[in-house]
Parts: sequence; C-alpha cells; structure tokens
Amino acid sequence: MKIKLEGVTKRFDDVVAVNDFSLEFEEGTLTALLGPSGCGKSTMLNMLSGILPVTEGKIYFDNDDVTDMPPQKRGVGLVFQNYALYPHMSVLDNICFPLEIQKVPKAERIEKAKEMARLVKIEQYLDRKPKELSGGQQQRVAIARALIKNPRLLLLDEPLSNLDARLRLEMREEIRRIQQETKVTTIFVTHDQEEAMSISDKIVLMKDGYLMQVDRPQALYDEPQKLFVANFLGNPPINNLEGKIKDGKFVLADDSASVKVDLKSAVEGEEVVLGIRAESVGVDDDADFEAIIKERFTMGKEELAILKLGNSELRIYLSSDFTHKPGEKVGFKLKNKGVFLFDKKSGERK
Amino acid sequence: MKKRFHFSPKKLLVYLCLIIGAIIMVFPFYWMLVSALKTTAEFNSYPPTWVPENWFNMENFKTAFSKAPFVTYFMNSVIVTISCVIVTGFTTILAAFAFSRLKFKGRDVIFSLLLSLMMVPFEMLVITNYETVTRLQMGDSLIVLIIPFISSIFYTYILRNFFLSIPDSLYYSARIDGASNWKYLWRIMVPIAKPSLVTIMLLNAISCWNSFLWTLLVINSDDFRTLPIGLYAFMTEGGSDFKLQMAASTFTVLPMIILFLFTRKYIVNGVARGGIKG
Repeated sequence: MKIKLEGVTKRFDDVVAVNDFSLEFEEGTLTALLGPSGCGKSTMLNMLSGILPVTEGKIYFDNDDVTDMPPQKRGVGLVFQNYALYPHMSVLDNICFPLEIQKVPKAERIEKAKEMARLVKIEQYLDRKPKELSGGQQQRVAIARALIKNPRLLLLDEPLSNLDARLRLEMREEIRRIQQETKVTTIFVTHDQEEAMSISDKIVLMKDGYLMQVDRPQALYDEPQKLFVANFLGNPPINNLEGKIKDGKFVLADDSASVKVDLKSAVEGEEVVLGIRAESVGVDDDADFEAIIKERFTMGKEELAILKLGNSELRIYLSSDFTHKPGEKVGFKLKNKGVFLFDKKSGERK
Repeated sequence: MKKRFHFSPKKLLVYLCLIIGAIIMVFPFYWMLVSALKTTAEFNSYPPTWVPENWFNMENFKTAFSKAPFVTYFMNSVIVTISCVIVTGFTTILAAFAFSRLKFKGRDVIFSLLLSLMMVPFEMLVITNYETVTRLQMGDSLIVLIIPFISSIFYTYILRNFFLSIPDSLYYSARIDGASNWKYLWRIMVPIAKPSLVTIMLLNAISCWNSFLWTLLVINSDDFRTLPIGLYAFMTEGGSDFKLQMAASTFTVLPMIILFLFTRKYIVNGVARGGIKG
C-alpha cells in the first residue's frame, strides 16, 4: 500500500512535534524514520497508526483518506518498543489475539498463528508465556501478532533498541527478511543510523519535527543536502571545518590554513562549513592542502590518522602502507566523493 | 555433615519475642476451642485444665445448635458475603478502569473527592444509611445488609493503582487490533490484575463476614441474622453457659480461619500493600 502525507502537522499545546510533513511511502518498501530522540519520529508513527490524531494535514492510505479513521479500522500492525505482549497469555494466544477480536473461528486462527510463527521462527515456543522468552523471541512474537491480520501497513517503533548488540544484528536481518517475504509496506522508527542504513529502502531523516531529507541510504550518505544530514550519518563522524571562501579557496576561520576545493555555488567571502568524510582524503603530490600528522591508530586493514590542519584537527582513514610518521608535514588531496560545502547560517548544501 | 542452625544471641531474642507474640495471638483461639470441647465438670474444675479429656466431645456444639438456628445464621452470612464480594468486585473493577484508563473531564478531581471521603468514619455513615433504608422501608432483609457495601473507594484505589502500572502500549496494541474498552478490560486487564483482585476480594470477604454494627442496627428478626449477630444474640439471650458460647464462636470463626489458611499469601500481600487491615 502506498502512503501519502500532505502537510501533516502535530502540535502538543505550544510544542510542534511534527512540522508540515509531505511525503510518500512507496508500496512494499521498508522505510526508516531516523533522527535523534525527540525529533518527532515516534509521534509520526503514532499518527500513522491512528493512536494520535493529527493537528493539521491529511494522511492517505492508497486513495483513502484515513486522517480521521480510528486505529482499528486502518488495518495497521504495530510493534511497540516494549513489545506489549499480554503477559498472562501464551505465545499462541498472543498471536491469535487480533483474530480472536475479529471472531475468526478458533481452528482457523490457530492455523494462521502457526503459519505466522513459522514465518518468524518461533514455532517451538507457542505454549510458553512471554516472560519465558528472550528479548529477541518476544520481538518475533510481537511481529507475528502484528502480521497475523494481514495489515496494509506494518509499523515498528524502535524495534531493536531493547536488544543486546548481537541480537540486534540478527533481528535487523530478520526484519528485512520478514518484510521481503511478506512484501508488506513497513515503516520503522530508529535513532540508530547504522540500523537505518543497513536494512531500509529509504530513510526519512528528521530533526526537531522537521523533515531533513528523504532518500535511499547510500544517496543520503553520498549527497547530504544539509549539514545536519552529513553530521548525522557516518562513523567516524564527518570532519567539519568552519571558515570562508577567500581567493577561490576555503580558508579556516582563524586564517591558519587553506584548502583547495570545488566551490560549487559558494561565492567569494561567504561563510561556509567544509565537511570532509574520513575516507575522502588521500596522499597526493598534487595536494589540495598540507597538514601535519599528529597521531596514527592501527585499525587492521586501514589506519585512522589525526591530522593537524592549521589550528583544526581532521580524522581520516589512510591505507596502512602509508609510511609518514607523526610530526611530518604531508600534502593531501580531496576525493570527489564525500566532500561538501554547506552554508554556515542555513546549513544548506552549496 | 548435618546442617546446623546457628543462632546468634540477637537472633535468639528476636525469635523469642516472635514466639511469645504468636502464643499471645493464638491462645484465645486455642482456649475457645478447648473450652468448647470440655464437659461441664471439666469446665468448672479449678485449676483449669489445658487440654480437654475428649478431643471429640461434640456435646456443646449439639446443644448450641439446638438452642439457636445457627444453620440459618450461617447461610445468611454466606449469602451476604458472597453477594457483597461479587458485586463489590464488579463495581471496583469498572470504577478502577474508569479512573485509570478512560479520559474524561474532572476525572482526577472526582477521584480526589472520593479519596477524601475515606476520611469519613464508618460509624457516621451508619446513621445516614439507617435513615435511608428506613425511609425506603427496606427494613429487615438480607438486601439491606448488601446494598450499602456494594462499592468501595479503598479497593477501587488499590486496583486503580495496579491498573496504572500496566503499560499504555498494551492498551494501544489491543485497540489497534480492534478490541473495545470492554473487551480490553476483561480479556487483558482483569487477568493481569488477578492477584490484586483476589486480595481485594478476600479482604472484602473477611470484612463482610465480620460486619457487626450495621447488621446489629438494621436486623431485628431471627430469620435475617448473620453469624456474628446470631452469636451476639445467643450470648445475651441464651444464658451464660460459656462452653456453649465457645462452641458457637468456634463455629463462627472457623470458615474465616479456613479461608485464611488457604489464601494466606494473598491476604498478607494485600495487608502489606494497603497498610490497613481489611
């Protein structure tokens, strides 16, 4: 199912949690709502499920206006962060519950529940109570319960945040697999960029209730349209240098060094932020800038180096056959990919 | 090697105090039972004997039963207690749900007002309640023993707090799956709250069974007396044969002792939680 938002806004008293969202979620895709905590992503999810009414704007499921439709009529499956399993019911009863409410005959709903259990691989735990399961298994039960009524839309609220690191990796692949097997349009909320990047078809990046950028994960990383987007994605974080354009070059704010860059739309004298990804710097005789190597850390296949450029520092990856020692001044060249100029005030890409 | 108990002097002292306390608490019950089993000669002997000659001497029970309709009293007590517990349970669940989950204007104000009503002593309510039932001409009947006790602010308060501790997400999850408030309450909330609910119902059963003042006031005829009132009447009307009184008393407290033995866990839990004996 295709989902369309038109100017969706949510206000709590004076606080604007979600501000004028207009976008589309394509059918059968897995979309991540990504952003730091408090950015309004859970609010967005709750408006899609119908738990929270929208203040302004419209929500369409395919061509149906569902803005004022109560949650139970929307045909959504929702998996809560704490899974919200009913503690007194067995796993089987939990999965059956949505069908029990719909008064589906018992034999039929048990059969359907078993099918769901197979999909999420928990067939052997059907008789257990939720508290006798691990976090990952509880998560699977919650997904099975959300899927049993064939929802048009599956919503997952921070599905992985209550799991330990190893389970998190496993479950995110599982979520991807289940989504691809069922082809159900899925939207999940996360604050973990790696999680969003690794499994989603598209990422909706949010900040303080504003839509920052919507794109494929790689496109978001390669072509951030805002400084916030560039900062939010990537590990180690992107290097930011503040300065201005002078004589066709980027000059640090304190005039201590300069970098030769492709100016794009930046003009002479403009105050800008130069973003350089750690992997976007190489050693070259045709140098864009010169910097002193301050420290080197071996990471195995590559090295992380801290460079001193004027009075600023840069963290970059270097190949391990790099021979220069700390203290040496070396010329570096910027690659085409992963180097961005942003307007200092607005944070917009140049 | 055998495991041995190691008692420090301090621990010994604590246990000594507890044992003395337990003996003081249990002794009246023991004396009641023993007296009920004694013959007249044994009962009047001096110094008193600590154990009866015959543990199975049912003579006093038989006499007591022949002198007053204890079976009727017992049945009345059972009917009143069970009705009270069921109806109170029902109203408590509904009220607790409304005050914890439903959103309506003035909810918390109303609840605070109700809570403040708990400060009004029961004895004061007895007078106004008495006025009410006499004006309604409800007089002598079992229903009068039930009606004033079909709701309880205290139990509602306990259950409401338990309901509040159930995460919101369970509610929303059930709502998205299409469950109504009613369905959610009975299918999800009540089963989860079962331990709390059992405690409430037990405390309520004990207080109903022991209810005295109100019953004494409104019931005049023998047909509607409950056990405590029947016992009281038996003592004042049936002369001062103490061993008969002891037999009747034993009969009166026995059901509650049995109930306590089987449900001790829930009752202790409830008393500890509420801080007030039911």
